[in-house]
Amino acid sequence: MAQKVLMKGNEAIAEAAIRAGCRHYFGYPITPQTEIAAYMAKRMPKIGGTFLQAESEIAAINMVYGCASTGYRAMTSSSSPGISLKAEGISYLAGADLPALIVNIQRGGPGLGGIQPSQSDYFFMTRGPGHGDFHVIVLAPASVQEMADMTRLAFDLSEKYRMPAMLLADGTMGQMMEPVELPEEEISPEDARKNKPWATCGTEMKRPHNIVNSLYLKPDELEKTNIERFERYARLEAEECRWEEYMMDDAEFCVVSCGITARVSKNAILEARKRGVKVGMIRPITLYPFPAKAFAKAAEKVKAFLTVELNMGQMKEDVELAIRCSKPISTCNRVGGMIPSADQVTAAIMNLK
Amino acid sequence: MATVFEKPKSLTDAPLHYCPGCTHGIVHRLVAEAIDELGIEGKTIGIAPVGCSVMAYDYFACDMIEAAHGRAPAVATGVKRSLPNNVVFTYQGDGDLASIGLCETVSCACRGENITVIFINNAIYGMTGGQMAPTSLVGQVTQTSPYGRDAATQGLPIRISELLATLDAPAYIERVAVNNVANVRRAKKAVLKAFKTQVEGKGFSLVEVVSTCPTNWGLTPQKACQWVEEKMIPQYPLGCFRDKFAEAK
Repeated sequence: MAQKVLMKGNEAIAEAAIRAGCRHYFGYPITPQTEIAAYMAKRMPKIGGTFLQAESEIAAINMVYGCASTGYRAMTSSSSPGISLKAEGISYLAGADLPALIVNIQRGGPGLGGIQPSQSDYFFMTRGPGHGDFHVIVLAPASVQEMADMTRLAFDLSEKYRMPAMLLADGTMGQMMEPVELPEEEISPEDARKNKPWATCGTEMKRPHNIVNSLYLKPDELEKTNIERFERYARLEAEECRWEEYMMDDAEFCVVSCGITARVSKNAILEARKRGVKVGMIRPITLYPFPAKAFAKAAEKVKAFLTVELNMGQMKEDVELAIRCSKPISTCNRVGGMIPSADQVTAAIMNLK
Repeated sequence: MATVFEKPKSLTDAPLHYCPGCTHGIVHRLVAEAIDELGIEGKTIGIAPVGCSVMAYDYFACDMIEAAHGRAPAVATGVKRSLPNNVVFTYQGDGDLASIGLCETVSCACRGENITVIFINNAIYGMTGGQMAPTSLVGQVTQTSPYGRDAATQGLPIRISELLATLDAPAYIERVAVNNVANVRRAKKAVLKAFKTQVEGKGFSLVEVVSTCPTNWGLTPQKACQWVEEKMIPQYPLGCFRDKFAEAK
């Protein structure tokens, strides 16, 4: 069995990316994700990889675009305001069907906001962060272990479905330290590069030229690429939804939360159960594709839902859609970098009817 | 019968979409000739961002990447850092390189990335129909400077080669023109040298090509070439601004 080590969430992402065969990291400093860049700056030169501090978030995501075009596993990381700048590049990655990993360790907004934890980029990330009709895979870890595991999963899914993948966590997840078991088996960068016949890595005069492109001036052709992309999204939605159910077997009420607030909610659920309330939780792990089926099924037996979020109620709308507004949904939110206490969530659960 | 003239091998058979008299065709050819002469087509990756030349991916036979407006130097950096033994070039216009992408341009040059930049300076935004560029001349009439570029409110033209030559990192920077045969020949030498600089691992190279846009200048192709001679070149003097590895004479 692999050894357990104590690591910060941000560092676990960085190390897991390296073990997943990523040797190219392009980033720009921003709190609270800078540990990822710092870790890469130390490690990459020692293993023949590239750490490059770009001149801007815009440049960093375009370096990822260039690297991904060659077939290598490429990543960048940032926090909310930086992701706004990356939106253009993410749209181009999606339009060119390029796989890549983008990490967003969210902080409070809008504008410069603050540097404390937040989940307020939920809409921005799950609806397709950039112009045009597209999605990115969005994974929401709730422990340092999941930060590591989902880094590899994000690369794998991103390549399987030829689309960018995002690790979306609140600042707490990036900053907290927990024991983590990293995968012993490492993927080599060259192995990760295999089976990418579309890559622009030089024709070697052995094949016609490859073109990485998102421009289609003929509307019927552009329409075709959009439809084909959404067929892939449909497969993703059918096959890759992930969620955790906690104490849902006999639950009459369902808490919905991800990231740090899911951790707080577990404590609140235990306390509420002590007080005689049968409550459980569904924690979406993939935010896109959203595990709508799990909620539709839960709606058949629970009386009400409670979303616990670090935003003004963004995931609530996905739950409403998933259950077709068939049951009441209450909210328990803190924003601006504030995190609800277990007592606050317990009180919100006790208020459910 | 002996062949005296033919299309470079690293150009595809696709017909160019450029306007009559536009010099993109000449510059494409010069780039392709350099690639052919160095025998590097199989390991070259070209990057064409937004602008009239965005569809260069159809014209160059090597692997090609289309990029967002102004971001080609960053994309090229990502490619070159992944494939350091391959040859990477960008082909960018003035709006792209000197306006929206100025930060990427300067930073890439400053890092001394071992890539080649072909910079087309025709003092106007061609693709969007003739708006003022950062390189437009004072008094130049464009769609967005209908009374002529006013220095007081719209600033003065930017000289990219001179600007980049203030940096220590770049290996080779030269400004050329393609408005007459003699200049085309000099341009050919510069483009070839820029690619050679990269192949030899010497670092960042850029060739600024003073070009024409007869359509949006509202001039015939001949008059456009004359305008280059009379108006453009005095503002953008031709010559080598950096040759780090020039042999001592």
